Amino acid sequence: MTAATSARGVPLTPGRSPLVRALSRPELGSVIGAVIIAAFFATQTAEFASSAGIANVLDVTATLGIMAVAVALLMIGGEFDLSAGVLTASTGLVTALLVDQLGVNIWEGIAWSLLFALAVGFLNGILVTRTRLPSFIVTLGTFLALQGINVGVTKHLTDTVQVGGVDEAQGYGAARAVFASTATIGDGQFRVAILWWIGVAVVATLLLIRTKFGNWIFASGGAPTSARSVGVPVGRTKILLFMTTATAAWLVGTISVVRLTSVQANVGLGEEFNYIIAAVIGGCLLTGGAGSAIGASIGALIYGMTQQGIVFAQWDTDWFPLFLGGMLLAAVLINTVVVRRRAEDSPG
Amino acid sequence: MRPDVHPIDDIQAALDGAGDQLPESDIPPHTPLLEVRGLGKRYGGVVALQGISATVNSGEVTCVLGDNGAGKSTLIKILSGVVSFDQGQYFVAGKRVKFSSPRQALDRGIATVFQDLAIVPLMSIWRNFFLGSEPTRGVWPLRRLDVEQAQDITVAELARFGLDVQDPHQPVGTLSGGERQCVAIARAVYFGARVLILDEPTASLGVKQAGMVLRHVVQARERGLGVIFITHNPRHAYPVGDRFILLNHGAMVANVTREDIDLDDLTQLMSGGADLDELAHEVEDPPHR
Repeated sequence: MTAATSARGVPLTPGRSPLVRALSRPELGSVIGAVIIAAFFATQTAEFASSAGIANVLDVTATLGIMAVAVALLMIGGEFDLSAGVLTASTGLVTALLVDQLGVNIWEGIAWSLLFALAVGFLNGILVTRTRLPSFIVTLGTFLALQGINVGVTKHLTDTVQVGGVDEAQGYGAARAVFASTATIGDGQFRVAILWWIGVAVVATLLLIRTKFGNWIFASGGAPTSARSVGVPVGRTKILLFMTTATAAWLVGTISVVRLTSVQANVGLGEEFNYIIAAVIGGCLLTGGAGSAIGASIGALIYGMTQQGIVFAQWDTDWFPLFLGGMLLAAVLINTVVVRRRAEDSPG
Repeated sequence: MRPDVHPIDDIQAALDGAGDQLPESDIPPHTPLLEVRGLGKRYGGVVALQGISATVNSGEVTCVLGDNGAGKSTLIKILSGVVSFDQGQYFVAGKRVKFSSPRQALDRGIATVFQDLAIVPLMSIWRNFFLGSEPTRGVWPLRRLDVEQAQDITVAELARFGLDVQDPHQPVGTLSGGERQCVAIARAVYFGARVLILDEPTASLGVKQAGMVLRHVVQARERGLGVIFITHNPRHAYPVGDRFILLNHGAMVANVTREDIDLDDLTQLMSGGADLDELAHEVEDPPHR
């Protein structure tokens, strides 16, 4: 019955040449974009390529990158989290209020803050998977709720919209070393957050492509019905992903509160879109099922380089959103074409 | 480039020695892999299926034919454990069963390839092959996918169905319809299926692709599986079928072996005789020219 073809049988519908395969990598567009932007600002300004300039760019990039990587995992899993930006403020506030109002050790405050973040992530996940409502709406709800709680609770307890005095807490020195220390290389001060970002990106990449859970993330976002019918726990996967973005928000909130020693109750607003923008520029598909942690990191880098590059070039920073919007649209178009090439029904 | 070393060197040899591929079993000889007696199902007051009696043996293809609404999908859903039946008996390997979930049917070796194939188009062939049953190595937190093993098995298992996978990273979405069917069938066989239920596998395919799927049906049979092949197309059923069950309005109107019937009779029987004559007449002699 097997026709006389090769010893192995009939070749599949032509596989892709190495070139086509490289072109269909989700992060390729963002790598090219990052190189062009880096080259542009390096030739336009003297500061950009200096160690101080690089430190400056990476400072912006690191915390955005941590969030973009976690949001990318969630987006690959087919969901959004609009509450992630405000949660960076909430987690910082939990730590600061515990330290300031109750005088607890800062590590204890950080631990409670993590529990709080995990609870919010779990709530988001449960609401989305149980109600089957779009996560866009559900997390918009938690976003607004958290925003209200942040300002309301802070005002109630401190009569201001700011909590400070974190540096007077017990254990602050060690916390500063872990979350907010700097290393001076040349005349640039490099923040330890950069290491956290790289660590998060590496762990997320291994998780995505080398673990069972990573397989489930792609399947849950790419074809949830199919995934369920072969036994993938789609609901559990998504809940864990919401808890992952919440944990990332806790990490960023902690880095920020330790570094600044105080929190404004209204920070983080609007940041959630920057995370999504970075993830999409890095090749994440808005419909789920495709993307990468490396890509999201490069997306964050593009964001950081453009924002700081415009400052170094002494342009009016009001133009930054225009660049961002252009890059976002270009990235979405490229992603769509790439995915079509990967998944389009072949003839016959 | 793929390494030359490979578990399966000669597909034909593997196919020829196919009978020994089934998992060890304690089934007495000549016991059908699957048998139903007087099976029936009602939805409220509506009879969806009644009086279905049939057997499926190892190395046989049983074709279930019928028009839309004949009860084919109700029958598959019962056999695969998606819905339960309320009349009759269902035996797997001689043991009476009543499944309450597809998982239970799967554990007894009854695997169903539904029309959506349960594949994720954006994911690679090997990731799809093992989705939900991924092989891992190492201990947590270093437990990771055994990528090499998964890829080797995927390539070898598809080779046994006559497909040459050059690149296991190729997304399933780039495969043809017939090749996707093959991935789904090979996956079911690899994960221990003894009875393979194929739900309209050739329905949306062109002639060439349908031919490819039929070849996979034959290969599964040669490997000793019992195949239940659901179709509404007698031309697809006849070349591969050993036994033909015809459904109409939820009842079994025929249960015949290949020796008892030829393609014309099968086609005739299936489309309700007179209707087809009329249709043929219409085609040959159009009233308005």
